[in-house]
Amino acid sequence: MIAPRAATAPSIVIRPPKGWAPLDLREFAGAHELLYFLVLRNLKLRYKQTALGAAWALLQPLLTMAVFTLVFGRLARLGSDGLPYPVFALAALVPWTYFANAFTQAGNSLVDQQQLLTKIYFPRLLLPLAAIIAGLVDFAIAFTLLLLVLAWYGIEPSIRLLAAPAFALLALASAFAPGIWLAALNVRYRDVRYVIPFLVQIWLFLTPVVYSSRLIPEPWRALYGLNPMAGVVDGFRWMISPVAPFPGAGLLVSVVAVFMLLTSGLYFFRRVERSFADVV
Amino acid sequence: MSRVAIQVEGLGKQYRVGHAHGPRTLREDLVDLARIPLRRAKRGASLEDGTVWALRDVSLEVQQGEVVGIIGGNGAGKSTLLKILSRIVAPTEGWARIEGRVGSLLEAGTGFHSELTGRENVYMSGAILGMRRAEITRKFDEIVAFADIGPFLDTPVKRYSSGMQVRLAFAVAAHLEPEVLIVDEVLAVGDAEFQRKCLGRMQDVSRGDGRTVLFVSHNMDAVQRLCDRAVLVERGRLVASGTTAGVVGQYLARANAPSSAGAWIDLSSVERTGNGVARSVKARYWSDLDAAGCRPYSDGPLTVRLAIEAAGACTISSLAVTLYDTMGTKLVNADTIALGHTLRLDPGEHHVTLRIPELHLNPGVYIMGFWLAGPLATVYDFVPTGFELEVVPQLSPGLGRAPGDDGLVTCRLELVESD
Repeated sequence: MIAPRAATAPSIVIRPPKGWAPLDLREFAGAHELLYFLVLRNLKLRYKQTALGAAWALLQPLLTMAVFTLVFGRLARLGSDGLPYPVFALAALVPWTYFANAFTQAGNSLVDQQQLLTKIYFPRLLLPLAAIIAGLVDFAIAFTLLLLVLAWYGIEPSIRLLAAPAFALLALASAFAPGIWLAALNVRYRDVRYVIPFLVQIWLFLTPVVYSSRLIPEPWRALYGLNPMAGVVDGFRWMISPVAPFPGAGLLVSVVAVFMLLTSGLYFFRRVERSFADVV
Repeated sequence: MSRVAIQVEGLGKQYRVGHAHGPRTLREDLVDLARIPLRRAKRGASLEDGTVWALRDVSLEVQQGEVVGIIGGNGAGKSTLLKILSRIVAPTEGWARIEGRVGSLLEAGTGFHSELTGRENVYMSGAILGMRRAEITRKFDEIVAFADIGPFLDTPVKRYSSGMQVRLAFAVAAHLEPEVLIVDEVLAVGDAEFQRKCLGRMQDVSRGDGRTVLFVSHNMDAVQRLCDRAVLVERGRLVASGTTAGVVGQYLARANAPSSAGAWIDLSSVERTGNGVARSVKARYWSDLDAAGCRPYSDGPLTVRLAIEAAGACTISSLAVTLYDTMGTKLVNADTIALGHTLRLDPGEHHVTLRIPELHLNPGVYIMGFWLAGPLATVYDFVPTGFELEVVPQLSPGLGRAPGDDGLVTCRLELVESD
């Protein structure tokens, strides 16, 4: 069973690291089974020993929606683009909750599993990636909740909902790109662990979750789009609302911003990953 | 026919020491950044300052199917070498080439999580160690049988006894079948019976399937049984290479000076680890029998007087005198932690006398080591191999015949009944 593999197994060359290196795609692709197990482990650990288990995936956006509706919808009377405020808020909370959890977990993934970093070799990028993929299960549950709430309010699902996977992918990339930056920095500077929740909090206010992005003056929209979650949230509102305009230019800026952040993040990660076991 | 499986050329690993070690805060780096101009100004202090070579100039060639033991004292650089070859840390200089799939086993239970069940952990750990899912499924029953964990397969591992955890972790690792297997000291834990089982398994793997194995252990017995060849690493350099018996002999000879009973033995220059807050500086030992020249004898008392130098005020909650056989197997660990006494030391030299009333060792040559640790298991000083001492035969009180020297240790014996 082993012999044929021995003949084809490539030789491994170990050298001092130098300079910037791109992602070793072949090695990365070869690790898909390990990725599967890491995702499975994240999921199992998440739901083991929690009394409510997967119900948290419903409760978190639902309760936040209720609080936001009360505070921002009723008391502050923020506009909601012609949608009932709870729907308006939930459409944003579904991708936002996914983003916030996935980003936080990716950022802490390396430090939380440092015993693995110092004892075994595997593509380090799998750890933040597994954290982000595991979050998709909660995301799918929350998305189903959104569809139910739409039905409750009698809003007919439009064909636009077919774009959901594309916006989900953008949300995933939006969490992954800063996630790997912070995961790598976290190994060296433990301050990052405390920075992440703070960053998520600020980020919430820079994203049109409680308010509509139409509040942003037109000349600033493009700049605002640099926050990729702005594009994601506007995309989600566009999918469910018959009246919301397609985010267009802002979305394009978001996609470009994510791409830049992701590319630079991958290079940075590759650059520092060889010293993880030394400094962690 | 033979093919080079591992080739290592001029491999070296440099570490920064002191404040630069371990996790840092951003503030520290910013302060350092601000100091760069200052540092440039006083060039006298070279950049090499505060660095240490954990490994330097190591070259090595291993043929396919060979089992090579890597031996050396604590902190000699063995683990660093294995970590570089496992691609966990990167070398500073030199290079290495390995042919084929590498499996490394630097710890029992890599990838285990206490919340997951035994079954889940087998898959998780197997995948992290580099096994394919189909491979794990195929070997699953074999792994479970090897671990002998019975009906607890679907119980979270946190409910396992530590022995069961170790057994399951090894069982997964023992079924790893890469072309090159790198094993570090993992056999040091687990009970003797299971250790034997693991050694047997590793032997099968190397002999039967022609796999290449690099094996680090302090257990010279295991190294001799398992390895075709051994290399000796000392202070980061490869100082000897050859037959296992030759290199093991060389290592033990370097490590231990023979000693004589009753006299002070200087420990200031032996190999040691620990933070040095307190250090064992010299020791003397004796039995109570003038006829034996005060040498320790089987089943007789052994008194050890240890001089400890404390750099500052400290508390010693564990002081141990350890006896190994010449193969490095730990036979006796006489630790004050069992007595529940702590010693408070002021700076300066102190003397502590310990007495083992009955030394259940057969006549032969043994190695004595010392261990000093503070509260919270802070290791002050660990001298694994201090010096050799000889246990001499002594007449038994019964029939006047010397007790047999079969077995590792002696025991008291009474004939209770005979029909």
